[in-house]
Amino acid sequence: MFNCQDLRAARQIAIRFLIFISLAVLTPWTGAVAANDGPTILLGPMPDLSQPKVIRSTADHSKFEILKKKFRKSRDITKACLSCHNVSAKQIHKTKHWNWEFTHTKTGQKLGARNIINTFFGGTASNEASCSHCHIGSGWKGNKFDYKREENVDCLICHDTTGKYAFKKFHTARGNCGVCHEEIPESPGKKKHKTDLNEVALNVGPTSRRTCGSCHFLGGGGINVKHGDLDSSLTRPSYDLDVHMDADGLNFTCTSCHSTDQHAVRGSRYENEINDIGGRTIPGKAAARRSSCASCHGERPMKNDKLNDHTDKVACQTCHIPSIARGGHATKMRWDWSTSGKLDANGKPFLKKDKKGNVIYSTQKGDSVWAENVVPDYIWSDRTAKYTLLGDKIDPSKTVAINTFMGSADKSLSRISPVKKSRGKQPYDAGNNRLVAVNLFALHRFAKDKSAYWRNLDWPRAIAKGMKAAGKEFSGKVGFVETEMLWPVTHMVAPADKALGCDECHSKNGRLENINGIYIPSRDTKPVLEWLGLGMFLISLFGVMIHTMMRILTRNRRNNGGVKP
Amino acid sequence: MSNINRFYAFKRFERFWHWTQAALILLMIFTGFEIHGTYRVLGFEKAIDLHTTAAWALMVLWLFVIFWHITTGEWKHYKPTTKNFIAMIYYYGFGIFSGSAHPFHASEKEKHNPLQRLTYLMLGVGLMPAIWLTGLLVLFYNIWPEFGLEGLSFGWVAAIHTLLAYILISFMTIHIYLITTGPTMTSQLRAMITGWEEVEIEDEENKDRT
Repeated sequence: MFNCQDLRAARQIAIRFLIFISLAVLTPWTGAVAANDGPTILLGPMPDLSQPKVIRSTADHSKFEILKKKFRKSRDITKACLSCHNVSAKQIHKTKHWNWEFTHTKTGQKLGARNIINTFFGGTASNEASCSHCHIGSGWKGNKFDYKREENVDCLICHDTTGKYAFKKFHTARGNCGVCHEEIPESPGKKKHKTDLNEVALNVGPTSRRTCGSCHFLGGGGINVKHGDLDSSLTRPSYDLDVHMDADGLNFTCTSCHSTDQHAVRGSRYENEINDIGGRTIPGKAAARRSSCASCHGERPMKNDKLNDHTDKVACQTCHIPSIARGGHATKMRWDWSTSGKLDANGKPFLKKDKKGNVIYSTQKGDSVWAENVVPDYIWSDRTAKYTLLGDKIDPSKTVAINTFMGSADKSLSRISPVKKSRGKQPYDAGNNRLVAVNLFALHRFAKDKSAYWRNLDWPRAIAKGMKAAGKEFSGKVGFVETEMLWPVTHMVAPADKALGCDECHSKNGRLENINGIYIPSRDTKPVLEWLGLGMFLISLFGVMIHTMMRILTRNRRNNGGVKP
Repeated sequence: MSNINRFYAFKRFERFWHWTQAALILLMIFTGFEIHGTYRVLGFEKAIDLHTTAAWALMVLWLFVIFWHITTGEWKHYKPTTKNFIAMIYYYGFGIFSGSAHPFHASEKEKHNPLQRLTYLMLGVGLMPAIWLTGLLVLFYNIWPEFGLEGLSFGWVAAIHTLLAYILISFMTIHIYLITTGPTMTSQLRAMITGWEEVEIEDEENKDRT
């Protein structure tokens, strides 16, 4: 007979066993939870909370009773927010940040994270569960989300000042480490990182470089993977890294330039104005619009008039951002999906890193090429982006431009502008010659559906699921096509004395070697006139030489003739 | 025996003009072809600065020069003439090799031979103004629309400016060479330094060259 004690002991063993099992299962994906300084690693230094806070608003949120309640879900905090800020959710509901959809006013294309395909993770279709970490909503149920509910707005992801909330939001049960981590930490820590929602609630405040950065610094699966000019070095940047965001100087936040109006943020790469003039807030003018340099600096801001003469053709960024990825984080220049899926000798996924620790191969992602201090590419741009979308035919024999920017030398609103050119080799529908949506991430770790590429490394299956979710047809044939994507470069503005010198462009094989439609002194000639002039000079030189020679040869004759009587 | 006629051909201001202009033009040729991309020595920025500064300096100098020519009547030395024109061409083409007499004798009344007259006139009213005009256009291309010039092509204007520079260095090559054809190799150079020109007045019996 078992006595009571035995039974209790057995139950204890069983419970311990269950805990052990669940830990063993959970650890690989709670990996990033490891250290308490997790957010520090990816998003730069944590905010210094020891300093007394200066409250510039007319309300001290830490004194509100409603925020002192015990919160278990961020949605409950949103409800508290909405009790006073009663139109904020309605405003958010109209934004790109919320809908991930944007109909371009000039091209009519439907863009936004929901629709575009990129050279990194591909597209969002069928991956919403993982992609939605970066959505400013909360309450996603798998791939489904109620866009109409006001309390689904996640106020905290933008308005937390403690630096702790983003960590919580990204490390949930649906969390997929690869969305932010290039290298998934192998040994998880013992302590699960706990975020005290009440601390967060009492510390709400304005957005910061860090809050915006919690999504925008990590785009494409890690620090600076995607943009090149946007990474966590901008959480506390130096003057050299960015003169405006310089933490000890002007200390601009993102919204200092990306001005907001009713929660809509200006300055999207999809559609922007080349010279958004008149952005300074002047009484009597409409709400501040500050999405280009000229908004504050005007069109002739420099002391040297000859330099100012350039601003009709050259964007400020071209000279003032001499290189990107300057903050110590490399950016991904090429992502080759076609080599993904290799396993090591033990049949396990593996990683390869370069000397600096950048992951240059991973089974999940394939080969990657990284670079720091990258000299951008230069294009004509009028800030109108055009995309190759899911339904568009592509020519797989050529490099497919995932996006281009309209603009040319003869358009008055075009400027020579820097871009980061990301190259990719990504799957496409070889039967229909179309780009594809890939079901990359599983719904969650225990999902029954095993279509996700990162679950079973099976392209046709993963693409079939992605295309079904996107509502597009898929032939079943998978190929890999070279792709290219352009990311406008506009951050990491260097101090004036580090701006480009003339020779960088005014030379042969200079930075603007590939810019067409414009005559650049030192780079260009008009061959006809060049040869005409040079010919004329050479003929006169030869003429003089022949004349000299003849004078020398006839010298004796002249002298002899001279002595004759 | 030859007779030497010595006269004060080039006044102090004229010499100042000539040599300042020579220095500025040499500087502009050096910096100009750097801007054009022929070589890289000073760097584009420095080259542009010097080129532009020298251009303004020369234009200011020319304001004085024009005033001087009008007020002193020196402009008459550049009135083209057909007298001895063919003879001069013949002299440089053939006579110079056989020791023929120079068909032209400079004097205070006529400092320049007919070829010089025409060349300097074309330089003064043709080439130089054309270089300045194209140079100013390049310099001020941003305000073309204010002058109704938006139809011009920057590249062609810049290229014409360069072509004119080639013509100028062709002139300078010949000019520097021809000053060695005076009574002695350096007598013409000396004249432009001291102002005093020495001209042989040769008699028929003696063609000996000094």
